[in-house]
Amino acid sequence: MQLTHRSKPKVLNVKAALSLATCALLGVNPVAAQGEGQSTEPWSFDTAVLFYSEADRVSALEAMVSATKEFDDQHFLNLKLTLDTLTGASANGAVAQPHAQTFTRPSGQGQYQITPGDTPLDDTFKDTRVQINGQWTQPLGQHLTGSVGGHLSKEFDYLSLGFNANVGYDFNQKNTTATLGFSHFKDTFSPIGGIPKPFASMGIGDSNAPNWDGDFAATRLTDQDDKNTTDILVGLTQVINRRMVTQFNYSYSVVDGYQTDPFKILSVVDGQGISQDLVYESRPDKRTKHSVFAQTKYHFGDSILDLSYRYMWDDWQIKSHTLDSRLRIKLDGGYTIEPHVRLYSQTAAQFYQPFLHQGQLMASFASADYRIGAMDTYTLGLKMGMRLKDGNKLAVRLEYYSQRPKDSGFTQPGALAEQDLYPGVDAVILQMSYSF
Amino acid sequence: MINKMNVLIATSVILLASGCTNLGVQPWERDLLAQEGMSLNNPVDNALDDHIYFSKEASSGGKSFGGGGCGCN
Repeated sequence: MQLTHRSKPKVLNVKAALSLATCALLGVNPVAAQGEGQSTEPWSFDTAVLFYSEADRVSALEAMVSATKEFDDQHFLNLKLTLDTLTGASANGAVAQPHAQTFTRPSGQGQYQITPGDTPLDDTFKDTRVQINGQWTQPLGQHLTGSVGGHLSKEFDYLSLGFNANVGYDFNQKNTTATLGFSHFKDTFSPIGGIPKPFASMGIGDSNAPNWDGDFAATRLTDQDDKNTTDILVGLTQVINRRMVTQFNYSYSVVDGYQTDPFKILSVVDGQGISQDLVYESRPDKRTKHSVFAQTKYHFGDSILDLSYRYMWDDWQIKSHTLDSRLRIKLDGGYTIEPHVRLYSQTAAQFYQPFLHQGQLMASFASADYRIGAMDTYTLGLKMGMRLKDGNKLAVRLEYYSQRPKDSGFTQPGALAEQDLYPGVDAVILQMSYSF
Repeated sequence: MINKMNVLIATSVILLASGCTNLGVQPWERDLLAQEGMSLNNPVDNALDDHIYFSKEASSGGKSFGGGGCGCN
């Protein structure tokens, strides 16, 4: 795609530097790597920076560099580096109260106060993450393509290792492709302060007191825990006609291991809706998910419609619908604009409860995390792209994302009736992409 | 419920696959399909979106693997 190489010497220098860095990562000589009979196609790079910001809550900055090279006829290597950093406040699961509330930080070191009527947010949410992905794709026969990949993601308190393998079979003059994919992840979570005991009461007190460390340790189960995720994906891609292509996927996923959020708690309220206790949440350690996904693209001539739908269901009794539509409109001068609408709706997990009642028979599992409660969300966005004179591509995407948690029919006793237990969350997403 | 869904999915896939032989284009009719905007996958945007929605909602994957990957949620 590099039509002219004379302009933009700075960009070429960046590309040369990134190519050298990629070769260094692979441990190969960039010149020697292009031996006789091998492709001389240069590395191509897709880069992006994304800024995500919720009003009064979490902000995230994410940068991604994806490098792809064709080493031989249809033999592709893709390497991807992702860096992100998160800061801000996250709902801790407790309900708002007519009085001020005090909570202990997840580390056990220090406390934070929430003013009357406010949704309790833990403002110590902070993390930095590095992710590396590699994917090798090549033909395995006249109609068969294979692909294998590895994944590593490291945060201060979290490690995820994974691999995947996929095969695709083309038939019907390559108008139909059947795919089968498998992936497995092993994640290890070692949060600061350790893993809390399910339903243990959060201690509130002076963390400098001599007995504090012992009292806090009594609420902890262990230092770390892990989970395994296995996914199987079966897909069919079909060219319908000269203007239309479709895809159908079925995914089966089993997550086995620690899935509780160690930072989330529940309020235990009395008959007047006043909080009497705060207890750590507990989720099942097994979750089986299914999803069906359909996507179609239609070329109108000056615009392309991208429409997709996903239905997901699992044994936590969560069901969700996702409808996503984009219309890429071609303008003069190499410009494109792409409006985007995404609608999402989910039902609550069987064990979701916005709070617990004092004296109620304790269930095996309970969580007040609104992200597994009933919720609708929508995203409205606009992406503007341009092709530069040297063939490189630049794009800017601005989106508005809104979460609207819903009441699943829980009665709010006494003082809770006056509180907003399902506050909405609004976020802005800004992304800049550059491909060269 | 799940068994019925599995049968429905399997039947749909078989019907779709058998009906596929009547669909498609000749190699010289791929001019529009070969355009960049017709690719079913936009890896960078999809990866960034998946990360956001994986962290903020109870569903993930579908288009591709929705497995573990980070402690973001």
